[in-house]
Amino acid sequence: MLEVRSLRKTYGDHVAVHDVSFSVQPGEVVGLLGPNGAGKTTTVSMIAGLVTPVSGQVLIGGEPLAGDTDPKKRTIGLVPQDLALYDELSALANLRFFGALYHLSADALERAIASSLQLVGLADRAHDRVSTFSGGMKRRLNLAASLLHDPDILLLDEPTVGVDPQSRNAIFDNLETLKARGKGLLYTTHYMEEIERLADRVVIVDHGRVVASDTLEGLQRFAPAGAAGASLESIFLALTGRTLRD
Amino acid sequence: MRPILAMVRKDLQLFLTDRRAVIMSLVAPIAIASFFGSIFSGNSNADRARIPVAIVDQDGSAISRGILDRVRGDKWVSVSTPTADEARAAVQKGALTVAVIIPGGFGDAAGRAFFSGANRPTLTMWYDPSHSTELGLVRGVMTQYVMESVSAEMFTGEQGRKVIDDTLASIDSMRLSGQQQALLRDLLQSARSFYSQATPAPADGATSTTPRRGLSMPYSVSEEAVTSGRNAAYNGYAHSFAGMGIQFLLFASIDLGVGILLERQRGLWKRLRSAPVSRVSLLIGKATSGSIIALMTLVVSFAFAMLVFGVRIHGSLAGFGLVAFATAVMAATFGLLIAALGKTPGGTRGIAILAVLMMVMLGGAWIPSFIFPAWLQQLTVVIPARWAVDGFDAMTWRGLGLQAALVPTAVMLAFAVLFGGLAVARFRWEEA
Ligand SMILES: Nc1ncnc2c1ncn2[C@@H]1O[C@H](COP(=O)(O)OP(=O)(O)OP(=O)(O)O)[C@@H](O)[C@H]1O
Ligand SMILES: [Mg+2]
Repeated sequence: MLEVRSLRKTYGDHVAVHDVSFSVQPGEVVGLLGPNGAGKTTTVSMIAGLVTPVSGQVLIGGEPLAGDTDPKKRTIGLVPQDLALYDELSALANLRFFGALYHLSADALERAIASSLQLVGLADRAHDRVSTFSGGMKRRLNLAASLLHDPDILLLDEPTVGVDPQSRNAIFDNLETLKARGKGLLYTTHYMEEIERLADRVVIVDHGRVVASDTLEGLQRFAPAGAAGASLESIFLALTGRTLRD
Repeated sequence: MRPILAMVRKDLQLFLTDRRAVIMSLVAPIAIASFFGSIFSGNSNADRARIPVAIVDQDGSAISRGILDRVRGDKWVSVSTPTADEARAAVQKGALTVAVIIPGGFGDAAGRAFFSGANRPTLTMWYDPSHSTELGLVRGVMTQYVMESVSAEMFTGEQGRKVIDDTLASIDSMRLSGQQQALLRDLLQSARSFYSQATPAPADGATSTTPRRGLSMPYSVSEEAVTSGRNAAYNGYAHSFAGMGIQFLLFASIDLGVGILLERQRGLWKRLRSAPVSRVSLLIGKATSGSIIALMTLVVSFAFAMLVFGVRIHGSLAGFGLVAFATAVMAATFGLLIAALGKTPGGTRGIAILAVLMMVMLGGAWIPSFIFPAWLQQLTVVIPARWAVDGFDAMTWRGLGLQAALVPTAVMLAFAVLFGGLAVARFRWEEA
């Protein structure tokens, strides 16, 4: 459904993404794992059409995006790393605006808003200003805002940063629901346990390159010598080294 | 269309939720424009401030008193009669604009010089250098009244009779040719016989407050302030409200530009760009909401000026609408340009405020540009705010027709195309 082929992006002399390829199938959660500055956000941005790759391709249903207004953009839902919400407006006003960007009719929009607020458990706070929300509520609204146009592929860029375990678990439940509905999820994070819980396959990137791409079991072959049943974290550190990145 | 409408609605909601921004853009222009308007309305035709002038009469002759009486009746000046020292101190402090010193013996000397042109006495004027234009006016006023007073005295007064006698007696010693001496003697003798027959009043006529007739200005001046409207008069408030309306409209465009940068910083622009909406639609949505907010500022401040200060659109209402529309569009595209050129929201705001203040100052929004030196007036045609101010002036107090709105409108729309084009070319579309 989503296929990424040899993506490359440079900023001046700096190569943010060298060569990244992977795919996401319907009903599959792919974990995109990597240290700070590995190129995860840049990769996600290229998929969403925010950044133009220097070379390589993003194929959605086998075809590349053709410009800003390509209807195929409607099959993608982006959950940005930042809390991309208008704090001064109510949750409802935010969702009405973001939904209208996808040309939803008024009826369809109201229904979509109701169901996505329901999903993330914010239906009773719809009329409150986002500035009155807790960090966890904002994260959940950030997710809800990306679901209004019912995308087939969700790009989640660190969707659980700064939330308590309750909200985090609520978000996981939401994502499992979406997966069960047949959505394909690309899930970016630094948290190993999230990948262990959610991901069907893992793509580990470092310095803009894919260093491993496999199922959780398959990754065991990268485990440090003699460590049977190694944790994902020890495998990750074995693959990406221990040097600080920032 | 739906995304554009949604953007406009969202931006208006955002604007209205920020109560301080609303107050800033509605109340501040009214307050400042009221201040500037009150200053420049003092200059209106009805109650023009008279120039404070002192006459120091050290002569005390009939002629000098005649001058003083005449100057007192002038509509351009208000006269006081302090001592020379007081007058000089007052000019230095700025309380007096001009002090005129009539020295002792002025009357006699002026009378003699009137006929012979020799040994003219000196009239001294001390003036405040910050009011040098008024010096010219006072000099003109004095010329008129000195001529009137001296000539009246020469032909009809006691002092004149004595001067003529004295002059007759001294003709032989004057450095004139024989023929000229003979002609002058004839003239003076005719004048003397004119007195003895035609002077009806006794000598106490010299103390009369109504100056007797002598030579007088051979013309009088009728003044009319010219605007093309029927009842239009220069209205300082019309100008200042236009000027401040424009200034705060441009401030609104800064908010538009910085708002875009803030949206980018907060990742909101990622959502906008990941949706299937064209770049042009995004910019049109932003420019439209910017124009609407800008027009609100303008309409509210003009409505206030109309209700409270009696500002009227003496010219074409349609023309006023055109100028307002073009100004708002120009301001909105200026906002987009700010967003395209700016990097951080904070730094951009600082630079943009400076640019707007320069623009409205040079555009004549604070002080009418007709006060500017000629070279500056010519230079400021490159400043869009200048055209906005001129356009509003034309439609309000100047009372000009639709025709006069077309050029300012066209120029501002051209600026809008330029700003918009630059913004599209320089806008950062990548959301990294
Ligand atoms: N606009 C930009 N200009 C220059 N360099 C950039 C830009 N955006 C990203 N980079 C660089 O590209 C590299 C990849 O950045 P990216 O944000 O994709 O990493 P990331 O894996 O998402 O990191 P993090 O875990 O911190 O979110 C980094 O070295 C970053 O400094
Ligand atoms: Mg990132």
